[in-house]
Amino acid sequence: MKHLLSTHDLSKENALNILDTARMLSDVSDRTIRKLPTLRGRTVVNLFYEDSTRTRISFEAAAKRLSADVINFSAKGSSVSKGESLKDTALTLKAMGADAIVMRHHASGAAHILANSGWIDATVVNAGDGLHEHPTQALLDAYTIRHHLRANEGDLSGVRVAIVGDILHSRVARSNIWLLNTLGAHVTVVAPPTLLPVAVNSLPVEVSYDLDSVLGKVDAVMMLRIQHERMHDAYFPSIREYASRYGLDKGRVQLLPQGSIVMHPGPMNRGIEISAEVADGENSVIVEQVSNGVNVRMAVLYLLLGGAIEGEEKQ
Amino acid sequence: MSSIVLRGVRPLNADPVDLVIESGVIKDLVKVGAGQGEVIDCTDLIALPGLVDLHTHLREPGREDAETVASGSAAAALGGFTCVFAMPNTSPVADTAGVVEQILRLGVQAGLVDVQPIGAVTVDQKGETLAELGAMADSAAAVRIFSDDGHCVSDPLLMRRALEYVKAFDGIIAQHAQDPKLTVGSQMHEGDVSARLGLRGWPAVAEESIIARDCLLAEHVDSRYHALHITTAGSVEIIRSAKAKGLKVTAEVTPHHLLLTDELATTYDPVFKVNPPLRTQADVDALRLGLADGTIDLVGTDHAPHTAEHKQCEWDSAAFGMLGLETALSVVVLTMVNTGLMTWAQLADRMSFAPARIGNAKNHGRPIAAGEPANLTIVDPKVIWQITPDQIASKSKNTPFLEIDLPCKVIHTLLRGEFTVKNSKVNK
Amino acid sequence: MAPNQGARQTSDAGVLLSAEDLSRVISRIAHEIVEKTSGFDSVVLMGIHKRGYPLAKRIADRINQIDNQKVSVGALDITLHRDDLRMRPPRPLEQTDLPVAGIDGSLVVLVDDVLYSGRTIRAGLDALSELGRPAAVQLAVLIDRGHRELPIRADYVGKNVPTSTGQSVKVRLIETDGVDEVVLSVAGKA
Repeated sequence: MKHLLSTHDLSKENALNILDTARMLSDVSDRTIRKLPTLRGRTVVNLFYEDSTRTRISFEAAAKRLSADVINFSAKGSSVSKGESLKDTALTLKAMGADAIVMRHHASGAAHILANSGWIDATVVNAGDGLHEHPTQALLDAYTIRHHLRANEGDLSGVRVAIVGDILHSRVARSNIWLLNTLGAHVTVVAPPTLLPVAVNSLPVEVSYDLDSVLGKVDAVMMLRIQHERMHDAYFPSIREYASRYGLDKGRVQLLPQGSIVMHPGPMNRGIEISAEVADGENSVIVEQVSNGVNVRMAVLYLLLGGAIEGEEKQ
Repeated sequence: MSSIVLRGVRPLNADPVDLVIESGVIKDLVKVGAGQGEVIDCTDLIALPGLVDLHTHLREPGREDAETVASGSAAAALGGFTCVFAMPNTSPVADTAGVVEQILRLGVQAGLVDVQPIGAVTVDQKGETLAELGAMADSAAAVRIFSDDGHCVSDPLLMRRALEYVKAFDGIIAQHAQDPKLTVGSQMHEGDVSARLGLRGWPAVAEESIIARDCLLAEHVDSRYHALHITTAGSVEIIRSAKAKGLKVTAEVTPHHLLLTDELATTYDPVFKVNPPLRTQADVDALRLGLADGTIDLVGTDHAPHTAEHKQCEWDSAAFGMLGLETALSVVVLTMVNTGLMTWAQLADRMSFAPARIGNAKNHGRPIAAGEPANLTIVDPKVIWQITPDQIASKSKNTPFLEIDLPCKVIHTLLRGEFTVKNSKVNK
Repeated sequence: MAPNQGARQTSDAGVLLSAEDLSRVISRIAHEIVEKTSGFDSVVLMGIHKRGYPLAKRIADRINQIDNQKVSVGALDITLHRDDLRMRPPRPLEQTDLPVAGIDGSLVVLVDDVLYSGRTIRAGLDALSELGRPAAVQLAVLIDRGHRELPIRADYVGKNVPTSTGQSVKVRLIETDGVDEVVLSVAGKA
């Protein structure tokens, strides 16, 4: 594995390897000294064209726990805001000797372009590209599900997951759909029809417009953030109506089978897609998702940078 | 008077003849060996009428870094064209007699193809007020085709008025059918692939609804209407039924929509980003059948040069469009002739006769017969070739056809009896 | 080097330890450990993955038979501390397991199959230091084949085997390889 660009092209073997490695590394996060020398001398650049404090600090913590040098390159306050092209930025990072570029970008496919352009030879980790994918989020979600429902072992065969919300515009949903499917889980997407892709039937999911009918039949429910501006584009009439039809509140959470978990990739709109009681309730694993995120990203960085990178072998 | 003899050439793939040219006119077609004059060996080559492209972007004035009338003319001649229609989305927009006359003059100066300007329908292509269509028609450029190509004339009232108004000088409105509200931020065909790639979808209905409306308008006001670059099976059906009703409706397809599909977007390589977008294989199949049965009248290249900086970037930020002039004939041979869907005579119709007729290009799109202007394209149907960036005559290099084995190569192009391309090289 | 010249072919030229020998050697190491660690309240045998761990378990079983003294066993994965990570593709990680009581204040005996350059033990010491603060650390190995590159020596050695760098020592254990034996291979790269 040279890059991590999407879960669509991630094999089951590689996915499980990441999850297993993350499990091993989770011990490190529990220790007093949360530091390993593994990536000493490696430079990881966090190239963020969109604000995302959560994802950036998660990658930063992961890289630092493995002793990599971390450079944060944010679109704000850099030459990017003056309109430098991705190509020129890439060439700059190459000149600086970046071993890995962790990129968040507003354009779908940006990470793919960076990895395949020939502009750089660094490893590329997609930290979210437009509406396309957010593979490490899906991996940490799968890790969390496996931890709770499968004791950290094996794949997710037989696990039933509902993804609820703006599937159309969600890179988190897309990455989760592919990865969960690869790992053998059964996925149901729940949303108003306007927030589903027209070609939703080409995705390996079951589709429902009715949250209440789905909740009784899932082991994990993943709530997606709903963006207010969607209302103005007529995807739904009002936030209130959305919340009442697709929000997860105290009443609805009772419908879940015993032992089911409630997830949210954050940041949450409390009181809209998820009520405060549910977010903080006993089924919620939302905070745990965050700490799992660091372990999964450590695993990804280790597996991409922890050995010889292509061309480095046979020194 | 000196004569040129194209020895042993096969007009529209018929039996070989000596084609004798004198004073810019086809003097005669005689038995092989009987022609007198300067002999050019054309054994096994096919003679086609000089190709006519109703849909070219030459970028001048305004974006001379991407293409000029001169470089675009060279690309056209190499592609076998003797006449191209230049779309008006230049800077400034060709929406006045002054600009269209400038483009006409630049074409004459380049001297490789006849460059016929297309005028904008609305001022600055903004879709608000009609441009001075009559003044452009009366100008030296004698504009007959009007289009806001790149933008859709989406206002139904404005479209109705434009369709009516140009009847006074036998004009035609060529529509870029794209409902703007249904395509806000759209990046590629809306379907399985867009769902996977997270690129905003461009629904087929955004094209079809406009074409359907325009056909109804054209029927109501009894005007000529031309649908540019149709891309969907649904659009083919709408045009088919409009023609069945006897409406004066014509349609175009591009070479790239006859060959390429939305699957190519999985590379995220913006060279495959085009407006209208690449569609599905089912659409490609419908377009091919539509072109073969004449529902679609002609092939227009939609040759759209863009500089490297507009293509070497993220898909969302990249410009729409791809080159077409130098590969059009090969792609049509590949998709239509070699598949058995069309004969060479039908190809001549779709790429020369029909566009010349619809665009009112006098002296182009004429039969290969004695007394006709010697606008000819001589091709070798046996050559298999690949286009490479360094051989592209366009200033831009954004061809989507790299690494594809292309059949049929243009060997000579003659404009009024003069070689504009000789032995596959520009002759100037 | 051209392939198929025999350079990479291994031939199990000499059996260094048979299954019987192995059992005897383990027993001897166990006795020595008992002897040398009598002053410590708590002894932890930390086996280095992959074959050090089953060895540590066997030695501990033996000690507990001899002495009825309870030593505990842990497993140590040193991958993340290796200094040669960049020479090969990423290696899979193994589980590091500590006794419930941890290793603080204990005597830790690192257990590995073969002592060679000493780099593995260096990584093991680093890994150990992140897990706690042992009272002392000792080293037990089944085979010491020489060629040290670091100032490291073993406290307990099953067998000293002079080797050349072109040779390789292969330890096979029932737990990992289905058979108990130690062989010296010629011109092989394990």
